[in-house]
Amino acid sequence: MAKFTKATSIKDWINQRLAIEKVEKVMGSEYWIPKNINFLWAMGMVLVITFVLLLVSGIFLLMYYQPNIDTAFYSVNYTIMRDVDFGWLWRHIHGVAASVVFLIIYIHMFTGIYYGSYKKGREMIWLSGMLLLVAFSAEAFSGYILPWGQMSYWAGMVITNLFSGGSLHADGLVEWIRGDYVPAQAFLSRFFMLHVLLIPLAILGLIGLHFAALRIPHVNNQDGEEIDFDAESKKYLDGDKKGSKVIRFANDFMSKDMMVAGIYLVFFFYLVFYNYGFAMDPVNFDPADGLKTPAHIYPEWYFLWSYEILRPFSIDIGLIAFAFAQGIFLGLPFLDRSPNAIAANRRGPAFMIWFWLMLTNMIVLTAMGKLPPEDPYSTIGYWAAILFIVQWLALPIITSYEKKV
Amino acid sequence: MKNKEPLILAVVVFFSLATYYLVEPYAHHILHKDVESKGFVYDGSDDILEVENIISGLQKTKLEKELEYKDASADEKQKLKTAIITSENDIAIQKVRLEKKQTFFSDVARIAKIKGDAVTGEAIFATCSGCHNDAGIVMGTIPPSLDNAGVYYTKNYLIGIIKDPVMISNVDHKFSVENEHPMASVKYMVSSDEDIANVVAYMQKIAISPEKVTPKMAYENTCGRCHSVVYEKWTQLGTTEKFKHKKDTLAAEIKVLEYEDSLKVYMGKLPPDLSMYIRSRGEHFISTFIENPQSQLEGTSMPRVGVTADTADKVVEYLKNAGDTKRHEREEIGRNVMIYIVIFALFAFLWKREIWKDLH
Ligand code: HEC
Ligand code: HEC
Ligand code: HEM
Repeated sequence: MAKFTKATSIKDWINQRLAIEKVEKVMGSEYWIPKNINFLWAMGMVLVITFVLLLVSGIFLLMYYQPNIDTAFYSVNYTIMRDVDFGWLWRHIHGVAASVVFLIIYIHMFTGIYYGSYKKGREMIWLSGMLLLVAFSAEAFSGYILPWGQMSYWAGMVITNLFSGGSLHADGLVEWIRGDYVPAQAFLSRFFMLHVLLIPLAILGLIGLHFAALRIPHVNNQDGEEIDFDAESKKYLDGDKKGSKVIRFANDFMSKDMMVAGIYLVFFFYLVFYNYGFAMDPVNFDPADGLKTPAHIYPEWYFLWSYEILRPFSIDIGLIAFAFAQGIFLGLPFLDRSPNAIAANRRGPAFMIWFWLMLTNMIVLTAMGKLPPEDPYSTIGYWAAILFIVQWLALPIITSYEKKV
Repeated sequence: MKNKEPLILAVVVFFSLATYYLVEPYAHHILHKDVESKGFVYDGSDDILEVENIISGLQKTKLEKELEYKDASADEKQKLKTAIITSENDIAIQKVRLEKKQTFFSDVARIAKIKGDAVTGEAIFATCSGCHNDAGIVMGTIPPSLDNAGVYYTKNYLIGIIKDPVMISNVDHKFSVENEHPMASVKYMVSSDEDIANVVAYMQKIAISPEKVTPKMAYENTCGRCHSVVYEKWTQLGTTEKFKHKKDTLAAEIKVLEYEDSLKVYMGKLPPDLSMYIRSRGEHFISTFIENPQSQLEGTSMPRVGVTADTADKVVEYLKNAGDTKRHEREEIGRNVMIYIVIFALFAFLWKREIWKDLH
């Protein structure tokens, strides 16, 4: 057993039992971060903050929400929006954060791709990140069901239908997922459970894994330079802060995180109060009606690119393309055969073009996914989907020609 | 080393805004028809244009069929011939409709120029009170009180509804000789231009002034007989009352249900509850929709209700009170939160500058 002495202060008392000074060092003051990184490396912290906003606002909403198909719509749109003090504020924060979190996730992901931060020991960071994207997608989808509006119902119908597997006609599987032939009470109850318990638990666990995966390889830097963290941190501690290539996480990088978070929050609350429409689809303010199909059914914006990869093909090929699109990002660290883990602009033209084309093409897919499936949109969507697949198939080839810089 | 952050920020902002533009304003523009208000004048230009468009559409299909006919097989020729004859008939029917509309709206314009005499109008108004009398007799809907009709509705519309209700409401496709509009008989009782002008003058005289019209009055009188607004406790028969005994509560509910059944028969479907429509459809849609429902929901049975621009604004205001109740609070709190967050961002920036002074 450890030796305990009479405490000299409250801090000392706690420190003897919880080693808070050690924890503070490990997590903060001696958690070393490269100096040569830009504000894009603050996106991880911005994601943490957005997740906390989601969690807190969600807890408040949970106090009044009723997971019952007869009362859910009313409990959200009347009780929360009108009756409860500040209910509307929590709902708008929750809705806007759920949408903006994906914008930040996509920025964070493309930052990782641009700087090659998924290779040379950083594979686990990437994989856990992708699992977070999957978990967030499931969380967003299950949350969208809860108000039991028209889009809740019909998006729930369309997305669960995908599990019939086209010509496989696995209708039994679809019924098993829904707990009924159509989305009804059983469906709402289980998606409620998923949204407020199981998936948030998974997300918390995955965030832990994501952070753990960061510890050994450390975060990358703008030049992909391999830093000797022991030597550089010694330099820092010896007083050569200017010369050292590393900085403390707290308070050095954290102060920058906070600055970026400040700017981000100005943008975020501007959306919450003055421009929330994009995050709360008008169609979902009509109560669910199984007899009335909405004129246009489309998922939320962050799912549109993969939806558009499903849509232009016949159902079976579409499902295969869709599964490909969902899974392929996970394979990135292994499909990129390049010996370099550096920024795209230093890797030669092939990857540079690949990167910007991928980004632009995914935006094109996103736009086409919302528009009605008619010409010219469906033709553009079709070719964009083909391009997406071709780009991924070409990635191992073009990167294997890359020379070490 | 050059600071690349401004450039990176510009790239991130550019791609985010491009995505936003494409999935929001641009997609909405493609998904929804852009309809502009014509100023709530009800001069018939919309109605006539609608029929003209139908006719030119029919003529186009007929022409296509005729071209096909030339080099079709004997079998197909027979079929095409019937199709051509059908579209010829349809065109003829629509042309009659067009003429009727043109005559109707020129009649309305003519009567609108006559200066009516409210005193003579009062006597004729008795005809109207036969039905519009608060007795609650259901004739499809319950005829609304006309006490303030002169302020809710425009002059053109009031003239039009006496002259021919299905024409001015742009629902002539829903009614016929066998299936008459419940107010159709009025045109035989009040038929001369002068009589019509006089009743309208009377209604305008007895109405309260526009400033006295509240959003609630505007809504309840012009939409309330068809649309409930549960969030404002409004049923098509009036505001929900609180009863001591459950029996009375249930009896009141049954009355509403029965009325809704008759509405369903009359309109073909139950007009929706409008509690959240300000969020699901938005201000612009609702305002242009009531000006001419056919403009955005072709073939709908909802009649044009002929409100003035001012009444329309008040109806929208009422729907905001129902479905966007906290909008004033949102603005006020929004401003305060923005101020707070900007100050936070400023301090965060100063803190960062302080710490990074030693690092560069
Ligand atoms: C035979 C019964 C009857 C008579 C007589 C009658 N009305 Fe009506 N009126 C109705 C009914 C029924 C409605 C409701 C129609 C509906 O909801 O579709 C109505 C509706 C109206 C409306 C409201 C229209 C709207 O769009 O909201 C006005 C204004 C009106 N009548 C004016 C008059 C005037 C003026 C007279 C007398 C010249 C008159 N009515 C005589 C039955 C009658
Ligand atoms: C005589 C009955 C009647 C009156 C009066 C009436 N409506 Fe309607 N309204 C209907 C019916 C019926 C529908 C359903 C139309 C459909 O789905 O085809 C409808 C539909 C609507 C819709 C939904 C359109 C959509 O996109 O589905 C709105 C909004 C609306 N009405 C607003 C109003 C407003 C505002 C007023 C008052 C200014 C009003 N209505 C007066 C019968 C009426
Ligand atoms: C809400 C979910 C997420 C949270 C809270 C989160 C959080 C973080 C944090 C705090 C960092 C370190 C700081 C930084 O580099 O930004 C980080 C790094 C990283 N994350 Fe995430 N992340 C999430 C989702 C994702 C996703 C979806 C991916 C993509 C697959 C991803 C990939 C990465 C990568 C590759 C790094 C390392 C960056 C580098 O080394 O330069 N993360 N994440």
